[in-house]
Amino acid sequence: MENIYLAVILAPLIGSIIAGFWGKKIGTVGAHTVTIIGVAISCGLSFYVFKHHVFDGGATFNGAVYTWAVSDGFTFDIGFLVDQLTAMMMVVVTFVSLMVHIYTIGYMKGDPGYQRFFCYISLFTFSMLMLVMANNFLQLFFGWEAVGLVSYLLIGFWYKRETAIYANLKAFLVNRVGDFGFILGIAVVLMYFNSLDYEDVFRNAGNLSTITVQVIPGWDWNVITLICMLLFIGAMGKSAQVPLHVWLPDSMEGPTPISALIHAATMVTAGVFMVARMSPLYEWSETALSFIIIIGAITALFMGFLGLVQNDIKRVVAYSTLSQLGYMVVALGVSAYAAGLFHLMTHAFFKALLFLAAGSVIIAMHHQQDIRKMGGLRKYLPITYATALIGSLALIGFPGFSGFFSKDAIIEAVGYSDLFGSGFAYVAVLLGVFVTALYTFRMFFLVFHGKERMDEHTRSHLKESPLVVTIPLILLAIPSIFIGGLTIGPMLFGDYFGSSLVVFKEHDVLAQMGENFTGALGFVLHGLVTPAFYLSMAGLATAWYIYIKKPSIATHFKEKYKTIYNLLDNAYGCDDFNDKWFAGGSRRLGSILYKVGDTQIIDGVMVNGTAQTIGWWAGVTRQLQTGFLYHYAFAMILGLVVLVSWIFIV
Amino acid sequence: MLSLTHFLILGAVLFCISIAGIFLNRKNIIILLMAIELMLLAVNINFIAFSHYLDDSAGQIFVFFILTVAAAEAAIGLAILVALFRNKRTINVNDLDVLKG
Repeated sequence: MENIYLAVILAPLIGSIIAGFWGKKIGTVGAHTVTIIGVAISCGLSFYVFKHHVFDGGATFNGAVYTWAVSDGFTFDIGFLVDQLTAMMMVVVTFVSLMVHIYTIGYMKGDPGYQRFFCYISLFTFSMLMLVMANNFLQLFFGWEAVGLVSYLLIGFWYKRETAIYANLKAFLVNRVGDFGFILGIAVVLMYFNSLDYEDVFRNAGNLSTITVQVIPGWDWNVITLICMLLFIGAMGKSAQVPLHVWLPDSMEGPTPISALIHAATMVTAGVFMVARMSPLYEWSETALSFIIIIGAITALFMGFLGLVQNDIKRVVAYSTLSQLGYMVVALGVSAYAAGLFHLMTHAFFKALLFLAAGSVIIAMHHQQDIRKMGGLRKYLPITYATALIGSLALIGFPGFSGFFSKDAIIEAVGYSDLFGSGFAYVAVLLGVFVTALYTFRMFFLVFHGKERMDEHTRSHLKESPLVVTIPLILLAIPSIFIGGLTIGPMLFGDYFGSSLVVFKEHDVLAQMGENFTGALGFVLHGLVTPAFYLSMAGLATAWYIYIKKPSIATHFKEKYKTIYNLLDNAYGCDDFNDKWFAGGSRRLGSILYKVGDTQIIDGVMVNGTAQTIGWWAGVTRQLQTGFLYHYAFAMILGLVVLVSWIFIV
Repeated sequence: MLSLTHFLILGAVLFCISIAGIFLNRKNIIILLMAIELMLLAVNINFIAFSHYLDDSAGQIFVFFILTVAAAEAAIGLAILVALFRNKRTINVNDLDVLKG
């Protein structure tokens, strides 16, 4: 099996290297062929690995394939930990990646950076696989940073756009904040566990659960809580949780396939995956779990509100991604790791679908992204319409669609939890359902229904996207409908995850839910009487009423509640705050250091000061050089006299 | 009776006169050259005096050499002086301060 794991990881890397270094030589067709073959191999083998671990009951693989470094008794290995959790992630990552690769052929057609793009997305697939297959913290960190790097490169893919450069710098810097916490967390792990290997750390977690450490003198912290908080700060950066969420909406500057692959389906879920992977640690710290619940709940609800006022089709989907990530994080917080991962999986499919559908709309609209200038696209783009409808229904949790199962499971799990913060979270995620339905169908109605608001030129060129675009849409639509119902039983209430996840008995909300679980159909029927269902239907109906029936209401609301509208439109002023205090503060600090430290002290005192002192001293001593011969002669005589008399005296 | 001391005093006096000549003279570079010649003569007197009183003729032979070298040196000095005058149109010592820092 080891060779298969290696092949899964290396196939996209090789494809990426070929497309990257010899892109000019092999041309556009060569570039997409070689990378798609690489990812297809990886995807096929991932399915095989999945089958091996899930259906054939293959043993968990945990071993090193290469020793990277040995330092002071620590061995840093490159190794794999492949169990059911990893297998699921591998399938999701490679499948969505493959779809996006194919889709890109259509989306990026004629772009001068075509080969570069394929190089990057294959590199991303490699990095993400390194992240999910890691068996130690260092390799996790490698994958973590590598996906961040590729994300940076791809957000700024159109590097001539000012906004894209701003966005990718922002994404990079905000992620640095998270990564700082993350690497501190890893350092604490190394300090207290003397190992970075998952297995060692998880085995010894119980022994350290009572040890405390004083980060700030006089304030005791449980070591496990400290580690969990620090690691979660990393996850907040990567998974865009409040207050480190600011980079994700801006990352929509990148090409749409990237928004689908990296900023919706896979990379941003790395934080969720990481917390689930570390469940043996997080279980020991209820403080960290409560922290996670609260952060997740805030993200889930308040980022959803922002989706209501966006006019860029991709930003609406981006805010919905933020909100859905909040749901996943809440699920992690209430120890329903399986529910979080379940939502991660279904979300990966339907959000990739929604993004790719948005991309298809954007292609048809000639790169017009403003939904106010769309409308009535249903009859021009039938396939996109149908798949976007499926994606939207899955997103709002319409009964039977995959999003329904995962989201309802999370809401119920939160309801069962009695950790601190879960009461607030329950309200937040329930309200979030209404908001989700409202903004999703607001976008959907504005784009596909109602009056045609585009100009005449665009209208006359509207046509369905090519097959390379629509086929991935259809292939993603299928799991968006069915995967939830098919897998909810084993994943949430069965023993699918086996020993991958550790949940303490007193936290195990899914087990409580499982007592009433009678199969997917029963879950749907039960879902029909929960408040979540009615809230989402209410959201849908509200969207229909406001944006189809009486479009005047929207503008009326906007006028009447201008403060609220402006607050939402400015994204609660987070960007302004960051610009003013963090970015502005650093700039001010930098300019002070520049003016005082650099110009005055280093340049002024040290460099120029030395020269000036020497110049002044030289100016004094040069007065001795009169140029008159007799002065020199006199000096010589005088010297001679002094010398001779000294000899005589001594 | 003249003793060695008288000759040495004479040499020292001549030497001091020549030093004074170098220092006090601010006008004419030729006087400077003459003062240097005088300085050499003062040294010669010392040589001869010691040579006589120590009964060693090596000192007198030295004097011949010194006189020869002094003659050559005076010739070179005058040649430089002529060249200097051609360039600067002056032999005023106070004007010759190009070495000034």
